[in-house]
Amino acid sequence: MASPVNTPVISAKSLDLTFQTADAPVQALKDVSLDIAQGDFVSFIGPSGCGKTTFLRCIAGLETPTGGTLTVNGMPPDEARRARAYGYVFQAAGLYPWRTIAGNIKLPLEIMGYSKAEQNDRVARVLELVELSDFGAKYPWQLSGGMQQRASIARALAFDADILLMDEPFGALDEIVRDHLNEQLLALWARTNKTIGFVTHSIPEAVYLSTKIVVMSPRPGRISDVIESPLPKERPLDIRDSPEFIEIAHRVREGLRAGHSDA
Amino acid sequence: MSKVLPVLAVVASIFTLWYAAVPFMNVKETLTGLERAGTTVVPDNPIARRDASAVALVLRNSFAIPATYAQERPRLPAPHQVAQDLWETVVLKKVTSKRSLVYHGWITLSATLLGFTIGTGAGILLAVGIVHSRAMDMSVMPWAIASQTIPILAIAPMIIVVLNSVGIQGVVPKAIISAYLSFFPVVVGMVKGLRAPDAMQLDLLKTYNASGSQGFWKLRLPASMPYLFASLKIGVAAALVGAIVAELPAGGARGLGGRMLTGSYYGQMVQIWSALVFAAVLAASLVLLIGWLQNRTLKRMGLL
Amino acid sequence: MILVLSALIIWIAMWGLNTRLANGPHAETRFIRLLVPAIFGLTILVAWELLVRGLAVPLVILPAPSHVMATFFSELPTLWLDFKQTFLKGALSGYVIGCGAAFLAAILVDRYDFLRRGLLPVGNFVAALPIVGTAPILVMWFGFDWQSKAAVVVVMVFFPMLVNTVAGLQETTVMQRDLMRTYGAGYWATLTKLRLPAAMPFIFNGLKISTTLALIGAIVAEFFGSPTMGMGFRISTSVGQLALDMVWAEIVVAALAGSAFYGVVALAEASTTFWHPSHRK
Repeated sequence: MASPVNTPVISAKSLDLTFQTADAPVQALKDVSLDIAQGDFVSFIGPSGCGKTTFLRCIAGLETPTGGTLTVNGMPPDEARRARAYGYVFQAAGLYPWRTIAGNIKLPLEIMGYSKAEQNDRVARVLELVELSDFGAKYPWQLSGGMQQRASIARALAFDADILLMDEPFGALDEIVRDHLNEQLLALWARTNKTIGFVTHSIPEAVYLSTKIVVMSPRPGRISDVIESPLPKERPLDIRDSPEFIEIAHRVREGLRAGHSDA
Repeated sequence: MSKVLPVLAVVASIFTLWYAAVPFMNVKETLTGLERAGTTVVPDNPIARRDASAVALVLRNSFAIPATYAQERPRLPAPHQVAQDLWETVVLKKVTSKRSLVYHGWITLSATLLGFTIGTGAGILLAVGIVHSRAMDMSVMPWAIASQTIPILAIAPMIIVVLNSVGIQGVVPKAIISAYLSFFPVVVGMVKGLRAPDAMQLDLLKTYNASGSQGFWKLRLPASMPYLFASLKIGVAAALVGAIVAELPAGGARGLGGRMLTGSYYGQMVQIWSALVFAAVLAASLVLLIGWLQNRTLKRMGLL
Repeated sequence: MILVLSALIIWIAMWGLNTRLANGPHAETRFIRLLVPAIFGLTILVAWELLVRGLAVPLVILPAPSHVMATFFSELPTLWLDFKQTFLKGALSGYVIGCGAAFLAAILVDRYDFLRRGLLPVGNFVAALPIVGTAPILVMWFGFDWQSKAAVVVVMVFFPMLVNTVAGLQETTVMQRDLMRTYGAGYWATLTKLRLPAAMPFIFNGLKISTTLALIGAIVAEFFGSPTMGMGFRISTSVGQLALDMVWAEIVVAALAGSAFYGVVALAEASTTFWHPSHRK
């Protein structure tokens, strides 16, 4: 199942993306090259307009690059999308209000044609994974924001794609909830060994979660630094007070500042 | 251009369908007329024709197709017949003539405008009362909402006759029906609008220690404008429908409703269509006029 | 004179009572919320009765509520016949056909952007027109019986329903549509799993507006010709005979039918769109 470690799961080579707007073309991505290996936890960080979300959407096949090459599982992104290669978590939970939590998680399974029994099995399994087992019959609007976002992660996990793409999934939550969800996300990643692409604008979040931090800068959107994290895979919350952590965070901040000054 | 083109295409296809339908709708009467004038038609007896389908008749008497577009009393007039009738009754006839659509249109429009003004005024007043008195809100509001589910138009004939019997005639009874129809949409929309300011905006005024009337003039009333205009559009369309329906039982054959009714009595389809088109243009102009006022007002208030 | 005075007194007493109830400590309870409008309605009926009797208002101007009620019950068979003709045959069949056709048309219009951009402005335009005016034409085409009434109703409800459904189908957010794309979902899966459920509040709005329009269309169309029964027929002939008690009895039927029709649709809405913010409990 798992591809050999040396062939990247996601591979971008000098990717360009230019949006045609009414007044002038906007270069959202310029010459972006990046390899992501199986089991990596990659964060994309940068100020708004740096193209981090755009890059994630390119990987998902929701945007089409105007230049360069991009492969996901060795396929073009659009093909990978149709092969259901990844689960995607948006900024907001985006659960359908007319479906229960369990019904929402079943949604992709129904579309992909799983049997009823299989659907129920999988719903139970991913609900347990995000610790929402008791809430399957509730409606989204009866749950807190943090619980809703956990349900949306469960929805992305339900069909067992090897890749999980997350676009600032915790951006709208308060810090205490966010810490808790970060911890849970790491535990989940350790258990499932998925490849995760994670967009954020929080430096501590990026450093705490990632094996690889991609620092991006705006106008035009590009990669200004890629930091391999030396932190161990096992990360308690208080690792954030360790000198290594603080050093990486410092390097990220330097990278962001450098990107800003020449913008 | 990309906006106009689809609309033009839809309108063009409506006219095409209309023209295409004319022969089938009119073929039976046309053939009867032609036969009477001595032309041979197939089949040649009226009873067989009655039982035949319109499609078969058109196919077997294709020579009669041009004549279907020029019937004196067609079941479905062709667009150009309606246009010609409109031209004659709107432009060529003197506006004082009983056969001028402008004359009849004005009769309907005056009742509409009078009723609309009364209904809107009363509606706004009631809405203000409802917003300021809890007792009024709880007593009246449920009925105002429930009354929208009732076919109020059905009582139009009664109001006309009752008012006639106490000696009120002419424009007033029709205006009352128009007022009645435009009243409820305005009440409901205006109440919503006057309640539109949120708690924070109301609290801000409280911190200024503003009085109730200051709160009304400086916050509630301006905030209600988008809602007011939305319900005015509904109200004016309803007022016009009210005036037209009110003219049905009046029997005087005056106004656009009267034209429709006499047309229906005498089988003058063209006359009904002209009145209908005229009423449609009138309704559209009234709604557009209010839309224009809305645009201007809201822009001046910075709400657009 | 005594009757007129007592009408006045009852009115003032009601207003005092309602003011106290509405500003009282239990004003927000369900019971009071129902009681206050009920008292108001009852007072109007009582005042109406007393004023008609006290001022000896002639029947041809305004019958007393008790008189209307008496007529209502004694003429029940006729009223039922009219109700069957106008509501069950004319309004209801037209409603089902018109709303059904508009729903299918909306899905088609939504599928093809060109159609949407062309038909929607036209639909919006037509929805504001006095469509009741097509009644004489349709009566001439479809005859005096209920079929022509159903046809008027079809024309009346079609465009409001179309415009509402199309607006509802546009209601999804970019994120919801992107989510469906990440699943590689096709047109039909997106339609049935996302866009139709999201459109439900709008669809029901169209259905609710159409209930009233259907009844209006069916009644007014009868003013242009009908068999010797039907609510519109009865209203126009009774007005001619100055039998206003019968007119009011028909109005009672129309009001009951109209609000019951609306109520049924609203109930269906509440059970389908329970998730919408306006319905959440």
